[in-house]
Amino acid sequence: MALLEVEDLVVQYYTDDGVVRAVDGLSYEIRAGETVGLVGESGAGKSAASRAVLRLLDGTGEIVGGEIRFRGRDIRELSADDLQAIRGNEIAMVFQDAGAALNPVYTVGEQIAETIRVHEDASDGEARNRTIALLDRVGIPNPAARYADYPHEFSGGMQQRAVIAMALSCDPAVLICDEPTTGLDVTVQAGILELLAELAAKSETAIQLVTHDLGVVAELCDRVLVQYAGEIVERAPVDELYYDPKHPYTVGLLAATPRLDDDRERLPTIPRPAPDLVDPPTGCRFHPRCPYAEDCCASRRPSLVDPVSGRPVDGDPETHVAACLEYTGDLEAGLDYEVQIRDDADSNCRERKQQGEPR
Amino acid sequence: MSLGRYVGRRLAVTVPVLFGVTALTFSFVHLLPGDAVDAIVGFRAVSPATEAATRAEYHLDQPVWDQYLLWLRDAITLEFGESPVTGRDVSATIGRRLPATLALGGAAWLLALAIGIPAGIVAAVRAGEPADEVGRLAALAGIATPNFWLGLILLFVFSVRLGWFRVLPPDAPLVSLATAKFLVLPTITLGTASAALVMRLLRSSMRRELDATYVTAARAKGLPERTVILKHVLRNAVLPVVTVAGLQLAFLVDGAVVVEGIFSWPGMGRLLVQSVLQRDYPVIQAIVLVIGIAIVLANLLVDIVYAILDPRIRY
Ligand code: SF4
Repeated sequence: MALLEVEDLVVQYYTDDGVVRAVDGLSYEIRAGETVGLVGESGAGKSAASRAVLRLLDGTGEIVGGEIRFRGRDIRELSADDLQAIRGNEIAMVFQDAGAALNPVYTVGEQIAETIRVHEDASDGEARNRTIALLDRVGIPNPAARYADYPHEFSGGMQQRAVIAMALSCDPAVLICDEPTTGLDVTVQAGILELLAELAAKSETAIQLVTHDLGVVAELCDRVLVQYAGEIVERAPVDELYYDPKHPYTVGLLAATPRLDDDRERLPTIPRPAPDLVDPPTGCRFHPRCPYAEDCCASRRPSLVDPVSGRPVDGDPETHVAACLEYTGDLEAGLDYEVQIRDDADSNCRERKQQGEPR
Repeated sequence: MSLGRYVGRRLAVTVPVLFGVTALTFSFVHLLPGDAVDAIVGFRAVSPATEAATRAEYHLDQPVWDQYLLWLRDAITLEFGESPVTGRDVSATIGRRLPATLALGGAAWLLALAIGIPAGIVAAVRAGEPADEVGRLAALAGIATPNFWLGLILLFVFSVRLGWFRVLPPDAPLVSLATAKFLVLPTITLGTASAALVMRLLRSSMRRELDATYVTAARAKGLPERTVILKHVLRNAVLPVVTVAGLQLAFLVDGAVVVEGIFSWPGMGRLLVQSVLQRDYPVIQAIVLVIGIAIVLANLLVDIVYAILDPRIRY
């Protein structure tokens, strides 16, 4: 039994334009200690998927189907008290916008210490000391003095570190990081990534990293899930995904990932806007944007299969699977792209794949 | 900046504002058409001797600037002289009336907060549910009801018909059970609209805050919903309420004009009406000064409370 198992998760938002299926039949699992990336463009339902894990959907969001099992217990069935005992204690979240995730009217230290006090039988003094140790651990200089600072007295990068400290305060089994580096400038991003990489390597904590940035995934993750229009289209160990992407959408994402020594003026982007989730495309959801789409793609819905055998794989989450009709032998012309691997001295992970010219 | 330094700086700013208030109050007699003496004696015909005496008493025979300084000196020492209409000492008159108004205004203000804040919280947390709908209807009614009408209805039903309360204030000290009981109806009359205002304001600002990411983050930490609302949301949501509640405090003092009339309450409101009718300018001037100072002090209080609640303000 994996630590966290999500099965057939369906999340809907009710908007003026209609019902948005932000997450549509999402399934994945995370085992203790591993780091899994959930990747996709913004609007692919990644944030909804990760907020759903703690039943923290915003606005009109609602989980309408599926199961979220943490240590075998369905989070959807938990009472308010049981859920509170898990939140922040066993499953913790790092939010995208750290500045907004901190309450402006309480000190940073207090906001971390209160998490410790609520979950553990700690006195005020103990909670304070542990908070200072946490601030130190996430690389905030002079932590004892910064304890009493208010969020606006922290820089953006320091705020993100404080939010990470807050999430780590009760040694969670799962850490969900929602776009932890988005909006920070490059040098600050690098520092945060380093911190997360340290955490991923050292601690027993499993990390679910939600991001649109495949470069970030490459640096931190063991496995990757690529999400498109509310569902997973490819799942693979991180190296396999980079060296041998199987889904045309993944190929497009990789081609659009910037590199440090990039000399292209503009990155290639995947043409046409992300799909309308109120009325998603029929068949393969990617077909309106896919350079290899054929007639059958608009009518037949591909399922996640092993690209070699063309059969669905049960069990082992390490197996590389992709949801494209190519692998069930339904495409006539097949996929035609070429992967170029560039060796970069300064980077162990940012090899780029070039997408072949669509026919 | 520390809170202490912020308060110190804010206090320092208050001093010139208070001078401004006194200057305006002082000049209003001089801005009236006609001679200041006419205004002070209430546009009655007076003998040249009285006129000369009045001129001397109010220092009208000196340059305006000196007049102001002399008046200011008197005002600071609470020497407003005698009322030319009643012949009574102005300071003593106000000294008798002010506590009555403060008692009524203060009680109404506390009532407004005691009802408005919890009702606003409940309405925001239960938005769209029956409790919220009922609360909003009640608030709308509370704001829409003119207080003279509410006062008359309450007086008629509970005092005249049911006889639960006295119609006229008891002849008892201000701090006594009889007076406290009498004050129930005037307090409700004066406090209802403010309570409704506070409730609506808090409801909408809490609704706004509830969507903030820090609220989701607080829930994600596993804090009980009670803590999320009362600790995290309320402290942010209450900020706009502080501003309004502070001004309400000042307005309740002079907003009591109508309510004091209905309940025959011997406060400043009634004194003001009487003085206006009798053109008792020294008294009016003193009351205007008191109200002006009350508003300035209420603003000061608002700023200090604001700075305590929101550390970002101290910059
Ligand atoms: S199924 Fe068709 S449209 Fe979908 S990814 Fe494969 S080729 Fe493209």
